[in-house]
Amino acid sequence: MICYDTLMDYGLRSLGYGERLLPRSDFTLCQQFVLIGSGMIWNVYFGIVALLSGFALATALAVGKASASPWFRKPAEWVIFLFRGSPLFIQFFFAYFLFLSLKGQVPAFDALTSAWLGAAVVLFFNTAAYSGEIFYGALRSVPRGEVEAADAYGLSGWSKFRRVIWPTTLRLAWPAYTNEAIFLFHATTLVFFSGFPASRQQGDALYYASYFADKTFNPFVPYPILAGYFVLLTLVVIGVMGMIGRRLNRHLPSAAPRRARGFGLLMR
Amino acid sequence: MFASCADPETLSGLSWLMCYLTTGKHLAFYGAFGTVLLLLAITAPVALLFGFGGAVAARSRFAPLSWLGRGYIAVVRGVPDIAFFLFFVIALDQGIEWLRHKAKCPDWDQPIRQGNDFIVCAEAKMPLSTSAQWVHEVYGFWLAVFTFALVFGAFAANVLFGAMRAVPRPQIETAEAYGMTRAQVFRRILVPQMWVYALPGLSNLWMVLIKASPLLFLLGVEDIVYWARELGSTKTPQFTDYPHGDWRMWYFLFLLVFYLGFTRISEIVLDRIMLRLSHGQETLANHKRTGPIGMNKAGPP
Repeated sequence: MICYDTLMDYGLRSLGYGERLLPRSDFTLCQQFVLIGSGMIWNVYFGIVALLSGFALATALAVGKASASPWFRKPAEWVIFLFRGSPLFIQFFFAYFLFLSLKGQVPAFDALTSAWLGAAVVLFFNTAAYSGEIFYGALRSVPRGEVEAADAYGLSGWSKFRRVIWPTTLRLAWPAYTNEAIFLFHATTLVFFSGFPASRQQGDALYYASYFADKTFNPFVPYPILAGYFVLLTLVVIGVMGMIGRRLNRHLPSAAPRRARGFGLLMR
Repeated sequence: MFASCADPETLSGLSWLMCYLTTGKHLAFYGAFGTVLLLLAITAPVALLFGFGGAVAARSRFAPLSWLGRGYIAVVRGVPDIAFFLFFVIALDQGIEWLRHKAKCPDWDQPIRQGNDFIVCAEAKMPLSTSAQWVHEVYGFWLAVFTFALVFGAFAANVLFGAMRAVPRPQIETAEAYGMTRAQVFRRILVPQMWVYALPGLSNLWMVLIKASPLLFLLGVEDIVYWARELGSTKTPQFTDYPHGDWRMWYFLFLLVFYLGFTRISEIVLDRIMLRLSHGQETLANHKRTGPIGMNKAGPP
């Protein structure tokens, strides 16, 4: 199989392994599938890193915003406002140039100017702010009866939060949080178009798709391939988040949580 | 711009800054904010129109039309919007040139796609290669508007589709009992009543649209991001009267503040509109303002 060779050459090209030079002429369908697929590694990496790390900060932001003390509330409100109120595209640009000038002062910031860390940091804050707002909304909707029941059982402070409020918050927020996850994976395509350089042409899926579109001047092949990959990725995200959601709701009578529909799908 | 700016080397401090910020390129930068606002002002209604068309198509009883509407909504929403922007700019351009080529040069015998080239006859070029620079810019801007409208139309279609289904069923049934036809029910009952249900989704969409506007840069329009990169980069004395280091960070900080202000103002205005529209209406929006039921402070009502 000819495509097997291409897969060996370009399968991990986005990470710097395999053939050094990208194909320059006579592009085959196989090359486009393999290289764009290889770029998806970066999209998945950014998505997972930002989602997992952002989850912790999002919980903290939600609790902070719901806090009665202005010392916790104000900072949380500002972080959420700052990252939800401005475009991610501008945030990437600003962060890149900020890191660049920090690097001029302190060489320790060198790693932040490369995409794998710098862009991940921006995505981390961005998704934390969006999910923080979602969790805050859910936190405010925790049924009063559950909190009173927890009080009646003598739970208080940390154990009340950990055992009653937090699980219910997650349960309520889960459909919206699934959307946020999908949008986050879509947003990862912005990374290499917003300042952060793709060193040695190691880019994400959209980077390679636009490479092929520029070279062949034919957008009708690479972009549908990219679209196909993203539809698959979206289905996987929905599947995984649905599994977690079912586990969160496993004790409830109708275990299957309603899939997010209509308005719910438009959180950003 | 000012007479005192004739010799920048003699200036210093605030007067230097004032002269620097009023150079011709900076005025173009400020003008680019107008471009962004114009794009938003045109795109929003056009996208709403596309969305209405998509929602009506998706609701259609005629199956292929319904599939078309649902397919439009699902495909555009399932793929990153930036991919659509990059795709449509080339695809639309080639599509228009291909149509013009078919119409204007019927006796052209060579294939249009030759290897990696897309070749149409000179008369079919869009815009013509002889036309002025501003024609190219306006054409690029309209391509951008159309692309934005197409992408956000799908999001609007989803919102309106949901809103049409949210109109209480008894309202429709009453209208049918009065003997209205399907078209009459749609025009007199469904459309007037759906807006209240659509508004939360549409205002969310407006915020998303604002935050997508810097992507104009990727469509080849000389917008604020283009100028911020251009003006902020390091300037040496050979090429400019106002040399400075790498200031791109500050320019993007300015853009960040601009967008924060813009979204904040939009939020306040949209809240007002929602308050007015849902006045006296038994909708979720009215409940929300008093807070979810579980969160009201305990005590006598």
